[in-house]
Amino acid sequence: MTAANTKLSRTPAGGPGLRGRLSDLSSRHRSIAVIVGMSLVALVLPLIVLLPPFSSFSGQTVWMDGFTIAGIYVLLALGLNVVVGLAGLLDLGYAAFFAIGAYTYALAASPFTGWDLPFWPMLLVGAVVAAIFGILLGAPTLRLRGDYLAIVTLGFGEIVPIVILNSSKYTDGPNGIGGISPPTLLDTRFPTTGNPWPFYLTMLVLIILSMIFIYRLQDSRLGRAWMAIREDELAAAANGVNTVVTKLLAFAIGASTAGLAGVFLASKLQTVTPNLFRFDVSFTVLAMVVLGGMGNVWGVAVGAFIIFMIQSVFLKQLNIFFNNVQVPILSDIDFLQYQFLLYGIALVAMMLLRPEGLFPSRRRRRELHTEEDEVFAEHGDAMGAAPE
Amino acid sequence: MSARESAVTAPPVTATIMDAAASGDVLLEARGVTKRFGGLVAVRDVNLDIPKGGIVSIIGPNGAGKTTFFNVVAGIIDPSAGAVEFRGRKLIMRPRRTWIEPILWVAPSVIVVLIALALGVQNGGDEGLAITGLLALGLLITTFLLAIIRPPWYTQLLARMGILRSARPNDVVTAGIGRTFQNIRLFQNMSALENVLVGMHIHLRSNLVDHFASSRRQRREEEAAAKRARELLRLVGLRGIDDELAKNLPYGDQRRLELARALASDPVLLLLDEPTAGMNPAETSAMTALIGRLRKDLGLTILLIEHDMRVVMGISDHVLVLDHGERISEGTPEEVRRDPKVIEAYLGTSAS
Repeated sequence: MTAANTKLSRTPAGGPGLRGRLSDLSSRHRSIAVIVGMSLVALVLPLIVLLPPFSSFSGQTVWMDGFTIAGIYVLLALGLNVVVGLAGLLDLGYAAFFAIGAYTYALAASPFTGWDLPFWPMLLVGAVVAAIFGILLGAPTLRLRGDYLAIVTLGFGEIVPIVILNSSKYTDGPNGIGGISPPTLLDTRFPTTGNPWPFYLTMLVLIILSMIFIYRLQDSRLGRAWMAIREDELAAAANGVNTVVTKLLAFAIGASTAGLAGVFLASKLQTVTPNLFRFDVSFTVLAMVVLGGMGNVWGVAVGAFIIFMIQSVFLKQLNIFFNNVQVPILSDIDFLQYQFLLYGIALVAMMLLRPEGLFPSRRRRRELHTEEDEVFAEHGDAMGAAPE
Repeated sequence: MSARESAVTAPPVTATIMDAAASGDVLLEARGVTKRFGGLVAVRDVNLDIPKGGIVSIIGPNGAGKTTFFNVVAGIIDPSAGAVEFRGRKLIMRPRRTWIEPILWVAPSVIVVLIALALGVQNGGDEGLAITGLLALGLLITTFLLAIIRPPWYTQLLARMGILRSARPNDVVTAGIGRTFQNIRLFQNMSALENVLVGMHIHLRSNLVDHFASSRRQRREEEAAAKRARELLRLVGLRGIDDELAKNLPYGDQRRLELARALASDPVLLLLDEPTAGMNPAETSAMTALIGRLRKDLGLTILLIEHDMRVVMGISDHVLVLDHGERISEGTPEEVRRDPKVIEAYLGTSAS
């Protein structure tokens, strides 16, 4: 953490008070805050689901499996946050890297190829392979910005699942690859049913590590360079930032996080098919980042978790609830079908009411809310010295 | 007030500068710089020598090609002809034979595949093919990455093969040229201090491993950088605004902040594109004094684009006048001021 950043984050929080002091402490010892915070969350979640409203939906094991899958989306959102939130590169094809990570492990540890490479090193390999593809995608798009970049990444996101679908010889096409080995630790295989803890804890560790690394990147000169590019690419270049390398690193690091998530997904589900990685995954993750609060690591993590839980649990429960109660019109609606309609409404409402996201970074909150307070204060000055 | 003073004290300095120029101590040398945009010639065959320690100004009416020339020197646009040498190193030139480069990227992989085929790999079973394929792919990715990252030795290798390419803007900064923009281009949503820290980017050495480990080396480096950045902010006269967002600063302070950011890369040559644009007389004279001080205290060489004649005449050693992309006059401020061609360009031809 840099002196500059500590100072920046401290000032607006201002004042003493417990909250100010807590946020002070957490920004100074960020890694510890992440470890403690995530561990607490991970400890509380399995306990909460034992309580009445939640325990009636399903058992603890099912809940924890759900949380583990939600963790995959948290990882994805953390990675996409680097690309979109920090570097300002709109990536609509993020699921491609997820797919690449998943298929890397699927090919490395399944009866389809006959190989059985261990899970732990493959986590790293999956991340590296995805990062390479991130660079390969990034390289031709370096000159593109905004809309054009979005379209190219969208294309890439479509191409990857289609290539996987059509190259049956290497991927078994639409059938996908099954029988993927679960991770092994100390000569014991992770149980795929029953005890959800091994996968759950592995996911916890992955998220903690990713959060710490991303926080550190954000506070480094690289993070500053990303922000500079997001603000003004030409000015960044004219101040010595190598925009080519910096943007490629953003793509690579975002992609490698998705690669990690992919490897984990493959080992968790034991099977991968191309339609797990369609556009709706890219879109969902982007919505998570935007709704959670672009640029804020905790924000996107929490945002991703909440949105995943709404999508996979809440909507289903809503269906069951209305069916049971027999509310006239509502019981005929399948809320899961309207998932994207609900996203759309949520996004529109969010952009109108709280454009900085649910849990904005301090910086972005300042970006979007200083204007009302401060522009007027300095209006006289600005008008007096207005250029041209 | 101090603006007047520095303007008055300028002449003696000028004398030594011109001596330096006479002794051939040229920092930047532009030769035949031309830039065409389609049929329009924005800059035609401009030559310019900037002596070490001098303040050289480019003036001219709107659309004279001043900023285009600037952007060529800063590596933002490639010239259509001509070259710019900085400290004896050819930095900017017309790109040449760049189409060969993509061939070089694929050449190693193609050679590997051809050799493998010549050795009869296609008869040897799947494994040989797979190894060949992976090797070719690896080579392709390596050359591709080299082309993207473009380390100096790669550029030199290309130059030896006759493939010429201008330095990129960030390479120009690394070479020792800093710049500001005509329309201020700060990082609006970053604090003043962070803006300056971005300017110091090229001097920070921490790498990905340092970032991940949050190493002590990085922490020390960042602390030193923040200290230096604060000094620079004081130097340009900004106090107590370190943590303000750039966009919330008053206009004059934004100009100063941009100057501090440009200084942060420790440039030898500073390119200032209309540093006093949109300023009132008091701010203008303060900025003029600051520019004079930068030269005196930091030993900077300065290339200036300016509209405000008082600024130009007050601090320049040498003035180049452009009109319609061409050099119409050049010399000391006094000479230029009296040149009928300059008067004509600015005021139009007299009726008589």
